[in-house]
Amino acid sequence: MTEPRFLSPQPEQVAGNGLLHRRAFLTTSAALTGAAGLGFMTARPAAAQAPLEVPEWMKVPGAPMSGYGAPSRHEEQVQRRFSSSPGTVGSGVSRTPLEHLEGIITPSGLHFERHHNGIPGIDPDRHRLLIHGLVARPLMFDLESLSRYPLVSRIQFLECSGNGRANDAPEPPQVAVSEIHGLVSCSDWTGVPLSVLLDEAGVEPEARWIVAEGADSAAMTRSVPMAKALDDAIIALYQNGERLRPDNGYPMRLFLPGYEGNMSIKWLRRIEVTAAPMMTREETSKYTDLLPDGRALQFTFQMGVKSVITSPSGGLEMQDPGLYQISGIAWSGAGRIRRVEVSADGGQSWAEAALTDPVLPLSLTRFRMPWRWDGGPAVLQSRATDESGAVQPTRTALHAELGTNFNYHHNAIQSWLVSAAGTVSNVYA
Amino acid sequence: MLGAVAAQGVVALCMAWPGTLTAQEGPGLGVELTVEQIAAWDINVAPDGAGLPPGSGNARQGAEVFAVKCIACHSTDGEGGLNDPLVGGHGSLNGPEPLRTVGSYWPYAPTVFDYIRRAMPYALPQSLTDDETYALTAYVLQLNGIIGEDDVMDAASLPLVEMPNRDGFILAWPPTEER
Repeated sequence: MTEPRFLSPQPEQVAGNGLLHRRAFLTTSAALTGAAGLGFMTARPAAAQAPLEVPEWMKVPGAPMSGYGAPSRHEEQVQRRFSSSPGTVGSGVSRTPLEHLEGIITPSGLHFERHHNGIPGIDPDRHRLLIHGLVARPLMFDLESLSRYPLVSRIQFLECSGNGRANDAPEPPQVAVSEIHGLVSCSDWTGVPLSVLLDEAGVEPEARWIVAEGADSAAMTRSVPMAKALDDAIIALYQNGERLRPDNGYPMRLFLPGYEGNMSIKWLRRIEVTAAPMMTREETSKYTDLLPDGRALQFTFQMGVKSVITSPSGGLEMQDPGLYQISGIAWSGAGRIRRVEVSADGGQSWAEAALTDPVLPLSLTRFRMPWRWDGGPAVLQSRATDESGAVQPTRTALHAELGTNFNYHHNAIQSWLVSAAGTVSNVYA
Repeated sequence: MLGAVAAQGVVALCMAWPGTLTAQEGPGLGVELTVEQIAAWDINVAPDGAGLPPGSGNARQGAEVFAVKCIACHSTDGEGGLNDPLVGGHGSLNGPEPLRTVGSYWPYAPTVFDYIRRAMPYALPQSLTDDETYALTAYVLQLNGIIGEDDVMDAASLPLVEMPNRDGFILAWPPTEER
């Protein structure tokens, strides 16, 4: 993408407390290669005293190739953080370490997990997918036969509907961004359109739902509207170019773009075509959103519009005052992200962030914003708008609408307080 | 004959959801199965009781199974220990600390059977007999005061059980304009 260069010698402040025009970084990089620096920058780091040394790794042959690469040993701190239900090891969640990642693709080994009874050890040669119920022909597929079907690939996010609920607590939890918002990930998913398989089975006229079931020890089961199944649902076989990881449904999973994560049934083994929803435990007693009057919203499938600043974020520490780049992710179950605005003064003033290409429907979108931190306290926020026009709500507005016990679909604006000391903490603003 | 039925299905599909079918065609590698072949995998139980198997049990029998296979996680009388409480919470849903249990929250009794059969006990799922599953379902319902100790739960009686929170849900799908 070609953007016009920002030509003013001083980057334009576009909102309160030091937010700069979203193209300011282009100017900065241009300026630094020339003679002129940015006027607001503080003193450069002290000049190096010792003569440069040639590092020892240039003086010996390097390591050999490997069959499957792994991250640098210096990156061992980049881990999913996980917690299990009491008395179990396999029920619970692990969270994507958003504070360590950039771009929009989540490395497969860092994709968040939510399991209801662990990861089954499936033999792909013995795994079968059954489609039955209101169909002309009940059909069974194996992995080899599915691999001959037409494949489609899309970069799309997956989010657990419980993501963000930590901020329903009365006091803001002082944890990393991943501990609050790390149940969202984004991958290049490749699979067979479910519509092709349903077409082959011959769906009966009265069919309105499918009921998808996993081959895990919870036999995890959700009902999905037929309209969604025929629209953009796929049987995913590949994630980021390789076969699905076991913790993401190997050898096959349902993938429902934009819908709450638990409906994209992992280790998919069975689809029953039905006239009505099955009202399973997961779609009645769990994954329903309790309202203040004691009733609950059911079948709130689509994930709302949301964004979060990942840098700087909770627990990180600023260095000296000066120029920083605010970076974050935005997404919506309704389609593309149209706009992300950023505030550095707790929502008093806003400016539009730059969206990094590609801006894809139902995908994470990376946004970035130059910010001149003057060393004083600041409250950083981001607010996303999607192509349907939906705007991410404040926490106050969300709670006014849904109370504090809804548990799922928490998409409120996240606020980070940068203190004068440079610490970053979670605040409700 | 089969082809004709299939063609009807496809036509109906196109009429119901115009424009959503992909133009793509598969190689037709699905292997056709009979209902008998599918039976062992077909464990869904609908809220109206469709799919419930033969068998029966009551709360007294369920209490005996519970004491051996469930008590470690759900504690005595289903109060909840390591894991979810199964009883209580009545009247709590609109308060500050709602307790969502089978008694206070679940809208359909057959779902209890469905879930126990497919996923419990946690350490040994799909190991219970259908009689044991009916008995445990009866016990959990009885602990919540929904049925009596001697009420027999089977494919005929379980769907008739009226759950206290049956009308507690507002359907967000289909979207209002499509209803």
